[in-house]
Amino acid sequence: MGPVKPRVLVVDDDSALAEMLGIVLRTDQFDPVFVADGSRALQAFRETKPDIVLLDLMLPGMSGLDVCRAIRAESGTPIIMLTAKSDTVDVVLGLESGADDYVVKPFKPKELVARMRARLRHHEDIASETLTIGPPDSPVEIDVQAHQVRREGKQIALTPLEFDLLVALARKPRQVFTREVLLEQVWGYRHAADTRLVNVHVQRLRAKVERDPEKPEVVLTVRGVGYKAGPP
Amino acid sequence: MISAPVEERVGPAARRRSLAIVRSVRTRVGRLLERAGDTWRGSLQLRVGATTVAVTGVVVVVIGVFLVDKVASGVLHAKRDAAIAQVEAGFPVAREALQDADPAVSNSLDQALQQIAANPVTGGSVAGPYTPVLGLPSGIPNGDERAILIPAELRDVVRQGVVAAQYAPVPQSGSSTTLVRGLIIGEPVTARSGSFELYYMYPLTAEQHTIDLVQRTVLLAGIALVMLVLVIALIVTRQVVLPVRVAAETAGRLAAGDLSKRIPARGSDDIARLGQSFNDMADSLQRQIRRLEELSRLQRRFTSDVSHELRTPLTTIRMAAEFLHGSRSGFPPELSRAAELLHTELDRFEGLLADLLEISRYDAGVAHLDSESADIRGVVAAGVEANRLLAERHGSKIVVHVPKAPLTVDMDARRVERILRNLVGNAVDHGEGKPVVITVAADAEAVAVTVRDHGVGLRPGQAALVFNRFWRGDPSRSRLTGGTGLGLAIALEDARLHDGWLQAWGEPGRGAQFRLTLPRLAGHTLLHSPLPLVPADVDEDDE
Repeated sequence: MGPVKPRVLVVDDDSALAEMLGIVLRTDQFDPVFVADGSRALQAFRETKPDIVLLDLMLPGMSGLDVCRAIRAESGTPIIMLTAKSDTVDVVLGLESGADDYVVKPFKPKELVARMRARLRHHEDIASETLTIGPPDSPVEIDVQAHQVRREGKQIALTPLEFDLLVALARKPRQVFTREVLLEQVWGYRHAADTRLVNVHVQRLRAKVERDPEKPEVVLTVRGVGYKAGPP
Repeated sequence: MISAPVEERVGPAARRRSLAIVRSVRTRVGRLLERAGDTWRGSLQLRVGATTVAVTGVVVVVIGVFLVDKVASGVLHAKRDAAIAQVEAGFPVAREALQDADPAVSNSLDQALQQIAANPVTGGSVAGPYTPVLGLPSGIPNGDERAILIPAELRDVVRQGVVAAQYAPVPQSGSSTTLVRGLIIGEPVTARSGSFELYYMYPLTAEQHTIDLVQRTVLLAGIALVMLVLVIALIVTRQVVLPVRVAAETAGRLAAGDLSKRIPARGSDDIARLGQSFNDMADSLQRQIRRLEELSRLQRRFTSDVSHELRTPLTTIRMAAEFLHGSRSGFPPELSRAAELLHTELDRFEGLLADLLEISRYDAGVAHLDSESADIRGVVAAGVEANRLLAERHGSKIVVHVPKAPLTVDMDARRVERILRNLVGNAVDHGEGKPVVITVAADAEAVAVTVRDHGVGLRPGQAALVFNRFWRGDPSRSRLTGGTGLGLAIALEDARLHDGWLQAWGEPGRGAQFRLTLPRLAGHTLLHSPLPLVPADVDEDDE
């Protein structure tokens, strides 16, 4: 028996798509669990404790956005949205309600699996490392191994994705990261895809670590280029 | 004929100067007149008011002059008739008084005159007060200096023995030296001592007063009348103009998009009818626009629904096809090939569906710009990268000329990348394996990207057609890329969304060039492009 298969909670009401997803996921060494109704998704999440969630945005019972918020409220488990709409509004709404990444239907199964692996990979990162960024009077301390972030003695709860984003920036505090580079390093995209992902998650990250998200000191914007960590 | 050129040579500079002055004065006056003309044409009220005042003014002046003239001549006639009657009635008294008067005796004439003036018949107030003056026979000096006031023509007539009257200046009263307008009546009196002419000087002060009063009254009445008519005209025009102005203003607001604006229409007069018809028109417009908006909303909704409904089964099909494709090595050859075809055609189908949805999004007017300042060089590189495999398959080389320094542009990088992907793909597709050259250049206002191929080129008139949906330059030519036929149409919409330009040039056998020009700052209007649309090498060939 090889390594433990990652458990995937698939929330989708289309039975054919769910079944096909099951075939693909099992072939790629995942352990899929299915739920078709949005209102039962949270309960299923609590029972199955998945490693990653695939969430369709259009669901009967409870909308995908609400399910996303509910899961995010109690866990940092990676969520990948499956959406039929690639319009900015829909995508940004999904990301803002807590999704880490999204794939637009019709997606290629390889692409989906690559994204899932990118989201799962970072949990295996084990290295004893402590990083410090932000203003000297109120630095942000990151314990990479323990997956903990502290500021002024208080622990800040970040999702794994937000944590990865912060660590990526903090490891090279003087370097300016373009959105494309961040997409590659944090999300595992090989080709630059959608910089909205970066924008939304930087905003979410700032809302948690900055004293005033309007005047960021930890994650700074470099106009026309991208982002960098605030000086330690 | 001969002297004419000489004249012109006299002072061409001076002449030019004076001409210039005349011209400048003329233009200045012209401008003033123009402004006045604009005000005149612009205000109905002003026009109506001025016309009314002019017409009423003329009528009032004519009537006033006529009236004053009639009254004055009436008053003067009455005075003259009364004066003549009085003079004739007093004739015996005068003759009696002058019977013994002797011009040689200094006092006797004065006494005679006092007698005449004191007589109740001659001195009565029938024709008002008067001053009697004696005209002495010629040759005898007159002690009364008032005699010189008597006009010579009158004396001539009276000497012939006739009673006559004439208007002339006379003393205000018997002893006064102030001259006023007056009436002099003369009568010849024959006495023992000789022939006298007795003149009665009637001052017309009272009559003049009456005439002045009438004149003033008529003038004031005339002015008041003109004012009254003006005010009436203004009020009446206002009643017409105000609703028209409200209507114009409301129409303007409607045109600006405020569809709920209406004219308050009361009563049942013509103005109210205008307002009512206007409001009916606005209602009808509003209904139509609402209906169109509703249709557009339904259309958008439909597009969105179709998108979702199609995409979900397509995802399943896609995954199934991939799955089959991935395990085709274990299939018999026919089945394996079928899996391959299913796989590649699904790609094409997906591309077509995506393009159709994108176009329908533009048609529904819901495409919106997600603009951000970014370096266009990265976007160009991404557009080239996306076509690398295609270029390899065609054997085309892609040459990129970009500036060394970063070139930031306010743009929706996703859309601009799509434009470039489409342009490069199109160039590779039609480049017949020859190099595709991409050039990027910029100035302060704009950035331009040209994509040049050296393929079959475009025939005259085709440059305008290439952006049409599903247009094909040569219908018989087979497609290698399986392009959807919508790529350039979408690229054009994307460029327009940026307020940019996307243009095509081409000549048969010389290839084609597409030029994308974008304003560097969002919202700026493009006036020029940093790169020419026609490639430089083509211009040289033409020379």
